[in-house]
Amino acid sequence: MDSYDVVVIGAGPGGYVCAFRAAQLGLKVALVDKRATLGGTCLNVGCIPSKALLYSSEQLVFARDHAVAHGIQVGPVSADIATLMKRKEAVVTRLVGGVATLAKARKVAVLKGEASFTSPTVLAVKGADGVVPVTAKNFVVATGSAPVELPFMKFDGKTVVSSDEAIAFEKVPSSLVVVGGGAIGLELGSVWARLGSSVTVVEFLPKILATYDDDIVRSFSRLLQKQGLKIEVGAKVTGLKSAGGQTVLTAERDGAALEFPGEKVLVAVGRRPYTEGLGLAKAGVALDEKGRVKVDSRLRTGAPGIWAIGDVVAGPMLAHKAEEDGIAVAEWIAGKAGHVDWDLVPAIVYTDPEVASVGLGEDAAKAKGVTVNVGRFNFAANGRAIANDSTDGFVKIVADAKTDRILGAQILGRGAGELISEVVTHMEYGGSAEDLGRTIHAHPTMSEAVKEAGLAVSKSAIHAI
Amino acid sequence: MPLEVKIPPMGESISTGILAKWHVKNGDAVKKDQPLFELETDKITSEGTAEAAGTIALKVEAGAEVKIGQVVASIEAGAAAAAPAAAPAPADKKASAAPFPKTASKPPFAPGSPAVRRIAEETGVNPADVAGTGKAGRVTKGDMLSAAEKPAVPATPAPAPVAAAKPSAPAAASGERQTRRKMTPLRQKIAERLVSAQHSAALLTTFNEVDMSPVMALRSKYQEEFVKKNGLKLGFMSFFVKAVVHALREVPSINTQIDGDTLVQNHYYDIGVAVSTDKGLMVPVIRNCDTLGMAGIEKAITDSATRAREGKITLADFEGGVFTITNGGTFGSLLSTPIINPPQSAILGMHAINDRPVAIAGQVVIRPMMYVALTYDHRLIDGREAVSFLVKVKQEIEDPARLLLGL
Repeated sequence: MDSYDVVVIGAGPGGYVCAFRAAQLGLKVALVDKRATLGGTCLNVGCIPSKALLYSSEQLVFARDHAVAHGIQVGPVSADIATLMKRKEAVVTRLVGGVATLAKARKVAVLKGEASFTSPTVLAVKGADGVVPVTAKNFVVATGSAPVELPFMKFDGKTVVSSDEAIAFEKVPSSLVVVGGGAIGLELGSVWARLGSSVTVVEFLPKILATYDDDIVRSFSRLLQKQGLKIEVGAKVTGLKSAGGQTVLTAERDGAALEFPGEKVLVAVGRRPYTEGLGLAKAGVALDEKGRVKVDSRLRTGAPGIWAIGDVVAGPMLAHKAEEDGIAVAEWIAGKAGHVDWDLVPAIVYTDPEVASVGLGEDAAKAKGVTVNVGRFNFAANGRAIANDSTDGFVKIVADAKTDRILGAQILGRGAGELISEVVTHMEYGGSAEDLGRTIHAHPTMSEAVKEAGLAVSKSAIHAI
Repeated sequence: MPLEVKIPPMGESISTGILAKWHVKNGDAVKKDQPLFELETDKITSEGTAEAAGTIALKVEAGAEVKIGQVVASIEAGAAAAAPAAAPAPADKKASAAPFPKTASKPPFAPGSPAVRRIAEETGVNPADVAGTGKAGRVTKGDMLSAAEKPAVPATPAPAPVAAAKPSAPAAASGERQTRRKMTPLRQKIAERLVSAQHSAALLTTFNEVDMSPVMALRSKYQEEFVKKNGLKLGFMSFFVKAVVHALREVPSINTQIDGDTLVQNHYYDIGVAVSTDKGLMVPVIRNCDTLGMAGIEKAITDSATRAREGKITLADFEGGVFTITNGGTFGSLLSTPIINPPQSAILGMHAINDRPVAIAGQVVIRPMMYVALTYDHRLIDGREAVSFLVKVKQEIEDPARLLLGL
């Protein structure tokens, strides 16, 4: 039986990063995944392909709606979905190939097959050549998550679909109903709306992106609606029916019945930890009430030598969080000082404009009774934003009223996902809003708005009244 | 036949690059997989490695533009054996040393975030003296703000105000709302030391309570005889000094101090005993308390207190203590958090003895109780050590026979 120092189950961004770090630290490592390619949900059917589609569809919108205003003459503009999908696949292929190359270079054994514990120390990998048992001093469960299915409207892969299918429609649906106003629903809703579909987003809660500040969500909702997305909040989905040969999503709001006809229905109400068939019970690994693998503050399950990271444990289901989990676990296994600050996980919605956040929002701070000062700066007053047609949105910095320490930030605007990083860095080092404001930002850049928002915390923004 | 070293394919869109650096010299012996050169393209920087061992002959110079597939060197395989055994080692060393040059050990700039540097300049608070709460102990703006804000607090809240209040009383009679007078050099020194203690140390206080009945019983039993023999009264302080010496022996980390980046362990027991005088609080040091008997300690305390009150005390009397005991109880203080006397690392605060109901063996009984407080510098004393120390003091006072037996 093959024996390893570390066997990582799941080759998503959490798992493969964990495996690579463990190999870098001199450990003998195997990486198990049942998918034909490495990279997990993120690279194959999640973050990366959706970003490819978002980018392509943004180019379409520019060519179709904005090029003329820049004096650029284009003929009739249309999207060739087959080419667009081929490019998306090329992006994915290139990245998953890159991960495979890295695995080889780091001498990480890649075991293709379905993994299942047969005991706390033996993992059976069922691959093309039968079942291969492996043992290891450490197992890392990194099996990720799967889309949540609504019990009364199960996925059929054709009409009622998850994000897995919604990144690969062969043609633009004439209409698309998106259930769930979170990041995934809004991103894929944006893609298909740009490509010409009539998109309605149906959200149960009183606002989309429920965890963001009200002012961010209000502006963002208006901008999405201007792009043609219909947004229905406070609507509880009740089921699906067929009317006149058309699929109709039924819902209710304040007792009133609502109907949303759609060629396709994308259910994007969240993701659930993926642990089926893993034999966790046989390994002595317990799950919590939400089906997540129970871990302590060092990501150890109750079973000796079995760790769990990423979407399968509590915390935000985000690739970069899983990566940090993976690195920390590899370092802990190697006897080093791993570190993850779970309070500093940024989150991004890759729409246009993007929405990004980290730490405590203004509303959450107020709800918690934390006294804060908030600095806000509009991109409309930023030179680069004006030059780039990117004046929608603003930056908000939330700082402790007494110490000025940055507690959080929310950014609505083009490139918000890139801009949030510097706030995270300042926060990681305990930085204050003043520190942000006193750090030189190149001119002209969108990032100056972050600096100005830092200054605005003490009401000293230069380009604001 | 020599093996050709070619620029490897880098992906579809890349056809040329710059051979930025050779890791080996012409004629070097190379090992298989040894890094040979660094290739920069407009997308990535990568490394070319040797596919076989041998002696290398370079064909292009560092900095040259090269095409994908271009031969940039050749390796003569057979020559490896001919090369002297020692040759690969230096080449190897160079190869691995070049990509990772040692950086200068110290950054040329003052550490601290911009806001920290601004506050340091405006307030004079030195970030180096501030305990940081940021990542890896970094000083944050909040740390600087609270360090700059902190008012000078008297060492023992109880005695200091009493000492200060007396002279100010007549001033109020003049009818003015405020009167101003110059701080005495001694008061200035006290202020300076207290502030510096607050700024430089990570002060923390732990508390306990002591049942004083055994010591009180001893005192009443032997007081007359003690006075007759020694000409002075047996006070509580000598018990505490003795108990502290025992506890310092038991927990030596309390008897340490910081000197720059050095930890100094003291092996002597000079204890400062705070004495209130009309000039303010003074802390003369009783030397070698470990060698003194109870009477000797009482005598030394009385001597320095007398000299302090007569103004005959000198600076030397205050210097060199390793630990301080202050008794706010003299003025009725129930509980206070004393401030350490730098560079000492801890101070014991005694307080008023009050009859209080306590549970002993399941019964509520009235006992003369005293709260004791130990303020310590958390930078070098752990909570466990501080607590053990104070518990030790408590045990000694509650069972004075231990002092005799050295337990």
